[in-house]
This record gives sequence, C-alpha cells and structure tokens, in this order.
Amino acid sequence: MEIAVISGKGGTGKSSISAAFATLQKRVVLADCDVDAANLYLIFDPVNDYEQVYIAGQKASIDYELCTNCGLCVDFCSFDAILLKATEGGSDFKRVTIDEISCDGCKLCSRVCPVNAITMTDNDKSRMYSGTFRNGHMVYGRLAPGEENSGKLVNIVRDKAKEISEKHKIEITVIDGPPGIGCSVISSVTGTDTIVIVTEPTISGLHDLKRTVELTSRFNSTSWVLINKYDLNREISEQIEEYCSQNKILFAGKLSFDRVVVEAMVSCKSVIEYAPDSGVSKEISHIWEKITHYK
Amino acid sequence: MPAIINQKIKIAVASGKGGTGKTLISTNLFHTLTQLDETVLLVDCDAEEPDDLLFFKEALGVPFDRHYGGKEQYEVKQRVPVIDQSNCIYCGKCRDYCSYNAIFLLEGIKTIRVIEDLCHGCGACSYACQSDAITTKERSLGVISRFITGDNSSIIEARGKVGVYSPVPVIKTAIKAAGEDGIVILDSPPGTSCPFIQTVATADFVILVTEPTPFGLSDLKQSVETLKTLNKSYGVIINRAGMGDDKVYSYLIQEQIPLLMEIPFDREIASLYSKGELLVKHKPQWRALFMEMYKTIYSKHKYGNSSNQR
Repeated sequence: MEIAVISGKGGTGKSSISAAFATLQKRVVLADCDVDAANLYLIFDPVNDYEQVYIAGQKASIDYELCTNCGLCVDFCSFDAILLKATEGGSDFKRVTIDEISCDGCKLCSRVCPVNAITMTDNDKSRMYSGTFRNGHMVYGRLAPGEENSGKLVNIVRDKAKEISEKHKIEITVIDGPPGIGCSVISSVTGTDTIVIVTEPTISGLHDLKRTVELTSRFNSTSWVLINKYDLNREISEQIEEYCSQNKILFAGKLSFDRVVVEAMVSCKSVIEYAPDSGVSKEISHIWEKITHYK
Repeated sequence: MPAIINQKIKIAVASGKGGTGKTLISTNLFHTLTQLDETVLLVDCDAEEPDDLLFFKEALGVPFDRHYGGKEQYEVKQRVPVIDQSNCIYCGKCRDYCSYNAIFLLEGIKTIRVIEDLCHGCGACSYACQSDAITTKERSLGVISRFITGDNSSIIEARGKVGVYSPVPVIKTAIKAAGEDGIVILDSPPGTSCPFIQTVATADFVILVTEPTPFGLSDLKQSVETLKTLNKSYGVIINRAGMGDDKVYSYLIQEQIPLLMEIPFDREIASLYSKGELLVKHKPQWRALFMEMYKTIYSKHKYGNSSNQR
C-alpha cells in the first residue's frame, strides 16, 4: 500500500506527519519525494547503501573558437536563453551568449548551429539515495539548486522504493510529497492507493486545498483531508470540514496545535517517538488506523 | 497620477522551505511601502499556489497595457505541435529531436501522438520535420492578472493552470510585465529549483524567510548556497521565533548573514494571517519595523554594503 502525504500550501506540517506515520510501523519504506527540500533524512539519519546520479536535463554552452556570431541560435531559441550581450570591457561588440538560468536544455541551438559551436552538458549534480533507518528503508532525492524536471527524480525515488518494498516484502510505503501542484506533485501521487492532503486553517490553506483537490480528483487514489493545527482558527477549520463534506472528500481528522511537534523535530524524532502519549500522537495513530483500514 | 519615481529596487522574498511566511512578509512589506510616495508593485510569483490577493480584498482588477493584450488578464501561452498525419512519413526524426519525450510514435502501425503535457514548446520537432507535417497551435499555461490597491500601488498575480508541467513561463511573464521602475516586491515560489531561480535572478536583494527548526535551517543553507553562486545580496527574517532551537542564529553569525527581522511565534499573529488580515494594519508597531527594514535594504542596495557578499 502506497500512501502519499501532500499539501498544496507549504509548511502545513506534511513532513512531520509523514515522519509520524512512518514510525507507527515496525517496518516501512519511506520515500521522501520533496526532492527540492528533502528534510526527513534529518530526522531519521539513514545509513545509505546506494547512491545514483540523476541527470536533470542539459545546458547549452558555446565554443567561441568556432562561433561566427551569426545569431541563428538566437532566432531559434524559444526560451529567450540566447542573447546578444555586450562583452566586458565596454566595446560595442555584442556576442551571442547563453543565459544558463533560462536555458531549458532542448538542444535545438546545438542542432541549428551551422558550425557546430554549441555543445550540451549534463546537469549531473542531483542525487538519489537509499538506505536503512530505524523503522525500515528510506529513499530520498536531492535536486541540485536551480534544476528542473523534479518530477522525473520523484519517479526514480518511487521506483527504487517499489523495488525495495518488493524485495523485502514490506507492506507499507509512505511518500512525503512536495508542496504545490506541479509536475513533482503529480509524480508523487500517480498510482498511489491513498493520498493524504495536509492543510491548515488559514484562508491561504483553504485556497490551496481547493487547487490541490482539483488535481487529486483526476487520480483514482482514495484522497483524505487532514487539518493540522486546527485550533489556530476554528472557524476556517469548520469551513474546510464543510468544504470536504459538500464535495464528498473524505475527512481524515484534525490535529491541534502543539509545540511538542516542533520539540520532536528539534530532537530529531518523530512526534510518535518523542511523545507517544501526547494528544497529537494519539490522534495521528487514530487517523492512521482510519485511512489504512478504509473500505 | 503616477508618483515621481525616486526609488528603484527589486526585492525578492524567498525561502527553501514552504510555509515559513513568505506571503506574510511580502504582503505586509508591500502594504507598508504604499505609505511612501513611490510606485510600489507586488508580484505574486508563487504561480502554483498564488495567495497574495487574499490579503487585499479591496484590490480592483485593472487592464494591462496593449503589449499584454489590454485586458485585466493576460493568458500565457506556449506553442505545441500538431501533426498532419496525411503528410507524416513516420520517419521518427521529430521524436528523436524532442528532448522531453513528448512525441509518441509507433512506426509499425503508423501511429504518432503529441503528449501536450510533456511539451515545452521548443520547436525542435518543427525544425526536424522535412515533410511539412508539423504545424503548431497555442496551449494555455496560465494567466497573469493585474490589480490596483491604491494610488500608486498594484499587484500582478501569476497563476499557473492546474496540471501544467512548470510554472516558470507564467512567472517569467509576470516579472516582465512588472517592468523595471519603482519598488517591486517578488513573492517567490518555495524551494531552490528553477521557479525560485527565475524569480530571484532578477532581484537586487533577496529576503530569505526561515523558521528556527532543523528543517528551516537545512533549507536555509541550501538557499544561501544558491544565492552565493548567483552573487546576490541577501538577509534573513526568522519567523515563529521562540519555537524550535537556536541553531539558525549560530549559522547566521558564523556566515555573517544579516538578521533583518524576527517575528515571534504568537497566536494572535497566526490568527490574523489565517483570516487574511494584514499584521501592519492591526498592529501598527510592525509597520515601523517593516519600514525600518526596507530602509536598511534600500540603502544597502543604493550605497553598497557588501558585508554578506564574499
């Protein structure tokens, strides 16, 4: 069973909840798919036994020994990534220059260049790791700054997690997803059995929840909504519950705000490990039972 | 009447970790600066989840100039290929040229499809095709909208369409539409990947918002490393101070990064935010603090102080 924990809005407590879910199991596969800001390894300090380079696309570069400054590549680039730029030193000469930030790696410039002056180099700084931690196995990705295609890295993380769960016959996989509704979120939830959308009782939380539901409704997974820190605004919390019942979205439950969650994180533990008898921990266990025994 | 433009600066508000308070800072800083006799513009670049307008219920939609269609909304589009199967010879060259696996071809049964969701609109397939079988059509990626909130203040919102591969084209269009004049605040998307870089690349100064927790610190470090490679000036705001631990503070001292402001964890602040209310409207002491912070940032930008650029 694959359970993805996501949230439209960032900072709703998704990772703390994923960590708690993971430690309710004796043996679990935990896939940290928030590859842009992977954090769960900080809590679980896994011993990695596998590392894989992830090529996040390519970037163009110009060999000025060959370039005749004809500008054909400038005309073909759809990403405004090739510009005629004044060279340092203040002369009037404008040279064809790649703006690495905007380059999308489509290779078209290297194909149109009449003198083959443009080559593509791999963006090879991103990594996927897998290893073991105190409650089983953990897989996570780390996207190097500035790189895209995080959806593909998420797929690699999930494939590895699947391989591990089959090999070691581990029933439950917990996926900690990224915020937002972009391609990495789509990759994190595609084909999962259950999606838990973590939200908070703020108008931005509710607004983002609606966009997230719009996305998850396209998938066959069973989706649940969980309100974290519900008592920070009971009124909006009720609005969220109402929104869920009106739209026939399963409501997993709500957690009260408790500093013990942050204290647990500071001690590198999940809240289940740090304060098993706290109200939050009991509520999380209850929610876990509910979503894993549904139907 | 447009204000006389005196101050010109672009400030991005960013954070590696989501939910640290970027929107809280952006909206309150923006509202504070509308007091100045300057043109002030807030650009909501979090195109996946744009929330800034929720804090300005009185904002009025206004049209863009003719360059952006002259309407209140400007649709950001991308070209995607259309394959004319009567001309297609199923040679596979377009598929080979596509770097995004957006063309699906089964030569054997003469079937070719464009997977529009994967297409980035680079045009390589059109260039590759030698049988005149590829034309293009437009596909919407999202919209940018413009609103006024006061005499000299407005908001541009970037809103990506649900399910589109990347918010970057919509973000870039919104930043471009903001122009180069006046004070521009960019509410950045979370993370340190492409959408973040696109937003901060154009900024003169970056405010990184973090929280004093291990997650906050880890993501802050990654953001700082990225900004160093981009050669940006930056400073840090610690939100929800008093929760968590003090490792963020030691990191700032060690790296000599200016601490611009601390916002304590306070149920009242959290509650105001949750209702879409501005902190500076309800607690005027914060208005002074935001203004003071802006002045520090502006003079650093204008007169130079490279204490955090090494």
